[in-house]
Amino acid sequence: MRAAVIVFPGSNCDRDVAVCLRQICNTQPIMVWHGEHTLPPCDLIVLPGGFSYGDYLRCGAMAANSPIMAEVVKAAKSGVATLGICNGFQMLTECGLLSGVLMRNQALHFVCRNVRLQVQQTDTPFTHLYEKDKEIVIPVAHNDGNYFADADTLQSLKDNGQIIFTYGEGDNPNGSQLDIAGVCDKSRRIVGMMPHPERRAEAALGGDDGLRLFAGLLEAVA
Amino acid sequence: MTITKEIVAEHGLAPDEYERILAAMEREPNLTELGVFSVMWSEHCSYKSSRKWLKTLPTQGEKVIQGPGENAGVIDIGDGDAAVFKMESHNHPSFIEPYQGAATGVGGIMRDVFTMGARPVASLNALRFGDPSHPKTRHLVGGVVSGIGGYGNCIGVPTVGGEVNFDPAYNGNILVNAMCVGLARTDKIFYAAATGIDSPVVYVGSKTGRDGIHGATMASAEFDDASDAKRPTVQVGDPFTEKLLLEACQELMASDAIIGIQDMGAAGLTSSSVEMADKGGVGIHLNLDKVPCREEKMTAYEMLLSESQERMLMVLKVGREAEAKLIFDKWGLDFAVIGNLTDTNRMVIEHQGAIVADMPLSPLAEGAPEYDRPHTPTPAAALFASPDTHPHNLPDTLLHLLADPALASRRWVWEQYDSMVMGDTLAGSGGDAALVRVHNTNKAIAISVDVTPRYCFANPIEGGKQAVAETWRNITATGATPLAITNCLNFGNPEKPEIMGQFIGCLEGMSQACRALDYPIVSGNVSLYNETDGIGILPTPAIGGVGLIDDHTKAIGAGFTQIGQRVYIIGDDGTHLGQSLYQQIILQNKNCFAPPCVDLDQERQNGDFVRQMILAGHITAAHDISDGGALVALAEMCLASFNEGNIGCAVDIQASHAFWFGEDQARYIIAVPVTPADACAALENEAAKNNIRLTSIGTTQADTLTLPDHAPIKITHLRTTHEAWFPTYMEGK
Repeated sequence: MRAAVIVFPGSNCDRDVAVCLRQICNTQPIMVWHGEHTLPPCDLIVLPGGFSYGDYLRCGAMAANSPIMAEVVKAAKSGVATLGICNGFQMLTECGLLSGVLMRNQALHFVCRNVRLQVQQTDTPFTHLYEKDKEIVIPVAHNDGNYFADADTLQSLKDNGQIIFTYGEGDNPNGSQLDIAGVCDKSRRIVGMMPHPERRAEAALGGDDGLRLFAGLLEAVA
Repeated sequence: MTITKEIVAEHGLAPDEYERILAAMEREPNLTELGVFSVMWSEHCSYKSSRKWLKTLPTQGEKVIQGPGENAGVIDIGDGDAAVFKMESHNHPSFIEPYQGAATGVGGIMRDVFTMGARPVASLNALRFGDPSHPKTRHLVGGVVSGIGGYGNCIGVPTVGGEVNFDPAYNGNILVNAMCVGLARTDKIFYAAATGIDSPVVYVGSKTGRDGIHGATMASAEFDDASDAKRPTVQVGDPFTEKLLLEACQELMASDAIIGIQDMGAAGLTSSSVEMADKGGVGIHLNLDKVPCREEKMTAYEMLLSESQERMLMVLKVGREAEAKLIFDKWGLDFAVIGNLTDTNRMVIEHQGAIVADMPLSPLAEGAPEYDRPHTPTPAAALFASPDTHPHNLPDTLLHLLADPALASRRWVWEQYDSMVMGDTLAGSGGDAALVRVHNTNKAIAISVDVTPRYCFANPIEGGKQAVAETWRNITATGATPLAITNCLNFGNPEKPEIMGQFIGCLEGMSQACRALDYPIVSGNVSLYNETDGIGILPTPAIGGVGLIDDHTKAIGAGFTQIGQRVYIIGDDGTHLGQSLYQQIILQNKNCFAPPCVDLDQERQNGDFVRQMILAGHITAAHDISDGGALVALAEMCLASFNEGNIGCAVDIQASHAFWFGEDQARYIIAVPVTPADACAALENEAAKNNIRLTSIGTTQADTLTLPDHAPIKITHLRTTHEAWFPTYMEGK
């Protein structure tokens, strides 16, 4: 499996996700700087968490316009599996690969804690090793994870089975609509999620529910 | 411009200090030179009231690579790895502008650590606020917490622990102490000393603005009603730029181009250039026309005294400027050669074609004034006699204590901090010590921040001992070996003999504890003049301890892990209610009584035993007994069992309120498996052999905490009680 992790100024989960790719997917990801204009051939693109460009503008908005993103959009549209985690999810909505927006958390402050997640769809390269509707625990850490879309968009996401992760009942940390924690595009190969699977992929860190996402990618996209 | 008495006073300099400046300069200084002296001789930079006493602290040890005097302390953690750490105050700015004050406090301490070549891996803090009912407290708590989170979360260093306390003594002076721990290779530690005549002096990072001018002088004065007008002297933080600066510095540090490096913290360009040149025994020539500025027409005075954040000063090897510049260009940061080293032992500042300052270096640095201020020892407080009757039964007392602001859960605070980024946080906030794995190894460092200011106020020596001992105990309770400490000494006005007496007493107690526990001090910071309208804070020597466990899989937490295990208290019975939360909250008795004494021999003996038993795999949970006493500690162990599904304890001994709520020191609660059948007997034998007092108090059980003759308390009820206060308070209900 060939993986590329895009590094923006202010990314801070790039190393964490690279560790998971090395340890679980047995691949040394190529770290691609935001200013590059070409993307190496790859089977998986990861947009990592962090505060790209400081998130001083709307989260992900600057990153969505950085040079490498044109290549990312092209590759993603051509079918390369693309995973946006946290700030990466925000970028995917900002560049139009995923619908909806991520607004400021309802409580108006940053939240970092483990949350219960329900895996709603298991027919994606990212989730096929999970059991449908089974609860898993993955941490969140964000200021702006409150998913919002208009009624038509939400309906279409539901109809097409694009809501792949939801927060467990009573455990929505940010006020997002329909408890949405992660969505995919219609091709099911572009996924954005607020929770950080790379932070809970080994028992020493309190649990390994995130491991199956990476193990699943290894099986599905390599 | 002639220097008048008024100008001297405005710069916070005493008349006799000005006389010393005249003697050092051998002429009248100009305003710029006076400004440089004023910041370098401020209490904040010169430690003039405290230096004499700081020299008495034990700073040597087998593991110490670098003690106090550098940007941060460095200890050896084996295999060529080093832990680099320091704690620093940002009290005065945080009171005036809580978000930016706290944020830049975090940023400043991180720069101190990564300046030394380390990558920051953990951030902690010690926060003290006024009475919750004081009109400013809620606003300050909200601002400080989001400032700490705003900076640490963005830069991507996990905030893994800390403490939050409330006391009316902090109504006018909150304390924001930030600690950072970094990891480096022992052969890649960078120091401040600048050497090599003609070596280029390089400025990197953010541009210089007018923010923070005279911040160090502000932090060296008492507050009064006009303090709000000092807001312009608070700096503004930019964690994004700091993240870029961190990565760029790490990239450059991988080469051998750097001779010396120093962050521009308090007193900015002035103090960084003076410190580098003075430590290297050279002179320095700076041309301010080369300094990147973000405001127009800045004067030399402003540029030298600005405390704009996210800036560094480096001395490079001659000829290495171009490769260094490439790295900073890549990260979009300013890079400017602003001067060079000389052999004059003087600091010469050039601006717009003229020499605007020309001063000898040594009077600015080690030649700064040092005072032996008058001091009176704190009078001994009376012993508190345990009362015959008590207002509540044991369960009700416990619930009262857990619901009180003093002990209520800090979850509202620490869930706003990213505690997991970097993927090595094994245990974050809410336990005894945080555990952070050394990346790509099986080792972990254990970190704890502590002090009990009410003990220090009643008896500075015992309080100083206790602060050090409690961090040692917290680290021990995880199974790690405590190695060294940093400190942040927050006190009132040192010109008052009783405050100086508190300071000297606390240092005496700290020294005793550090010596007895082989636990040297490797870095630290002093914050004096924490007074408003003549009212000082409680003496607050915050201690940050760092320890090491070679195999993190042997580490344990405070939470019970299984039902049916035996629960013991290690150490003497609780008896001492003086200065306890029980005295203050339950008996509503605020009089100043003697705090518990710290028997350092017993501390060492009990702690070494607990650690040995943890590493041998005989103990499954351990927690030190501190604020609130044994029953609170036991309840906290039940609460911490959350991941295992609410494990409680059936207590099977009858004991007094003093037993359960006394805050006697050197004690732990532990849980021990009952299988194999002789496990408990073996542990008891081992304890007897080592002269350790072990008292069996009960057995872990599902869902409830029960005390003899009382109705069971559901752990879910304990949790609701414990979690309620903070969010309710912050919502303004």
